[in-house]
Amino acid sequence: MASVEMRNIVKKYGDGFPAVNDVSLDIADGEFMILVGPSGCGKSTLLRMVVGLEDITSGDMVIGGKRVNDKAPRERNLSMVFQNYALYPHLSVFENIAFPLRLQKAPEEEVQRKVKAASDVLELHEHLDRKPANLSGGQRQRVAMGRAIVRDADAFLFDEPLSNLDAKLRGQMRTEIARLQRRLGITTIYVTHDQTEAMTLGDRVCVLRKGVIQQVASPRELYEQPVNLFVAGFIGSPPMNFLPAKLKNGTLSTPFGEITLDPKRGADIGDRDLVLVGIRPEFFEDASLVEESKRGHGSTFRAKVDVTEWLGDSQYAYIPYDAPDEVVNQLKELSRELDSDQLRTQAIVSIDSTSRIREGREAEFWLDARKVHVFDPATGDNLTRDPEAGAELTRLAEEDRAEQIEEARSGGLTVEGHTTS
Amino acid sequence: MTAREKWLWVVAGVVIVIYALFPVGWIVSLSLKSASDISNQQFLPSVVSWENYAQILSGDAAGLFLPALRNSFGICLIATAISCVLAMFAAYAIARLDFRGKKLILSTALAVAIFPVISIVTPLFNLWREIGLYDTWPGLIIPYLSLTLPISIWTLSAFFREIPWEMEQAAQVDGATTWQAFRKVIVPLAAPGVFTTAIIAFFIAWNDFAYGISLTSTSASRPVPAALGLFSGASQFESPNGPIAAAAVIVTIPVVILVLVFQRRIVAGLTNGAVKG
Repeated sequence: MASVEMRNIVKKYGDGFPAVNDVSLDIADGEFMILVGPSGCGKSTLLRMVVGLEDITSGDMVIGGKRVNDKAPRERNLSMVFQNYALYPHLSVFENIAFPLRLQKAPEEEVQRKVKAASDVLELHEHLDRKPANLSGGQRQRVAMGRAIVRDADAFLFDEPLSNLDAKLRGQMRTEIARLQRRLGITTIYVTHDQTEAMTLGDRVCVLRKGVIQQVASPRELYEQPVNLFVAGFIGSPPMNFLPAKLKNGTLSTPFGEITLDPKRGADIGDRDLVLVGIRPEFFEDASLVEESKRGHGSTFRAKVDVTEWLGDSQYAYIPYDAPDEVVNQLKELSRELDSDQLRTQAIVSIDSTSRIREGREAEFWLDARKVHVFDPATGDNLTRDPEAGAELTRLAEEDRAEQIEEARSGGLTVEGHTTS
Repeated sequence: MTAREKWLWVVAGVVIVIYALFPVGWIVSLSLKSASDISNQQFLPSVVSWENYAQILSGDAAGLFLPALRNSFGICLIATAISCVLAMFAAYAIARLDFRGKKLILSTALAVAIFPVISIVTPLFNLWREIGLYDTWPGLIIPYLSLTLPISIWTLSAFFREIPWEMEQAAQVDGATTWQAFRKVIVPLAAPGVFTTAIIAFFIAWNDFAYGISLTSTSASRPVPAALGLFSGASQFESPNGPIAAAAVIVTIPVVILVLVFQRRIVAGLTNGAVKG
């Protein structure tokens, strides 16, 4: 087990295009780090530089205190799960899992014991004699994980391991990976473009955009204190709504009426003609269902609902609004960058599933003003971010984490499932 | 598919099979006719006779045929083995590495493959006599390599390209050296391709006539196709058709066996299950 440090890592391809640009990232021993971003943001390239399948143009890659830039993949003692699993089709499941041990020329008895232990953890017992071609997608995925955990690697690397599974299986394997990592307490770097995976698995999440780190923080901090428009738009599903607004004396005039900012938060910004207000869907509610005591924290407005989606446990309403061309273009640009193509300017609001708000009718909504963020439309910076509150969230997450690792290690759980002395 | 369509398919199939196998059947039938029976004007021999086989295996023609058979086997197997090994490395490099002159190698290989053999034979004949390779095994193996290598490189590099890069990368991360990854992962995966290539290369060498007749003079290295051309009848008034037919049947047998043994290997389905599928 080891920590992974990246210092000013740059990757330039032949044409001089920097796929990864000046990335510095410290991953603590035992930490679960997620690299997330839309396609083409350089997250996979970064992972492949960690494992040594991609050359590093400049910067230092330090694993367990040793610089590994010039080491071959096999000398780095990392294990990796590939997106398409990369199982060896000519070998049985047993031999696939045993492959790293065979290369180390481990004695037969040790191979048998370790493969058995790994297959216990992943419930692959009855499949050990089969060939990968005869397995289902989820089983293949587990074999790939078995090959990764059978060896005492310094860190696990996952390259979008769940993207080839169907939605249901993905959910199962996600919890499986989380359980495994907590149990083994091994440093893990996990690349994904799926923000649900990022939020649920990671101790910390590193959001990348065009090869540049945007923010590294706990999922909670990313969600509540995003550093800029990009992070705010990327994290959260359905995504955060961005409304154009005019800010004067701490009051925002938006297409959905006026929102009064907490004086503490509004004070530093000053008056501006155009800002973007970021409001998460769940900050809205059907006004008729809001308790009296909460009403004072926000404002109400009337708007015509375009479409509603009832999902049983929740309900979404789509409310179109008008925005200046400048903002429309910028939002389009942003949504393209986030791999989604938003066609119209509309707010997605989450309302109680019992709400009787109907499509095509005008309805009254309530908006919680306490947690809205204000962004500079030109730079994308979050003007209302509270770094201390954010750092506090991440610190809390780290404490939880440290406790879990402590627990896992004092329990002495290893892949083999018995107590180490 | 209606019954009528099915019938049409069956009829068409039978016609094609007869068209393809008729000459083979003819040769077999011819080889079983005795010398006096050859012009009996019917397809089947009036009496099945093994005299042609006896003649080439232990009779007059044995001195010509048996060494030729040994030469053919030896030369073709060696040429196939060398060309497969060389082509494997070349194709691997071509499929995996980016280096200068890659296109040049491929197009040169193609050019060599389509170069007419007959235009090379005469200079080669002179050169081989100068340097002492005339009428020796290496003297045939080397030109056979020039015939088999290009096609081997082309087929194998196509096979290697089919193998996902990740397979090797996974092996390297698992702790394999480049050589180990090649030997333990790539070669087994490419096995069907190697077999296919080996069979094609073997046929090309086995069937060659031009080099065989021009670059040899004695039974020290003369291969079967050349030897067949030198068969003569028992007397100069008798045509050697019977023995030639018998020899043709015998040289066809290894080819048929080869295909039957390896036909399951040739089916390139082995990479199934490597990736998500």
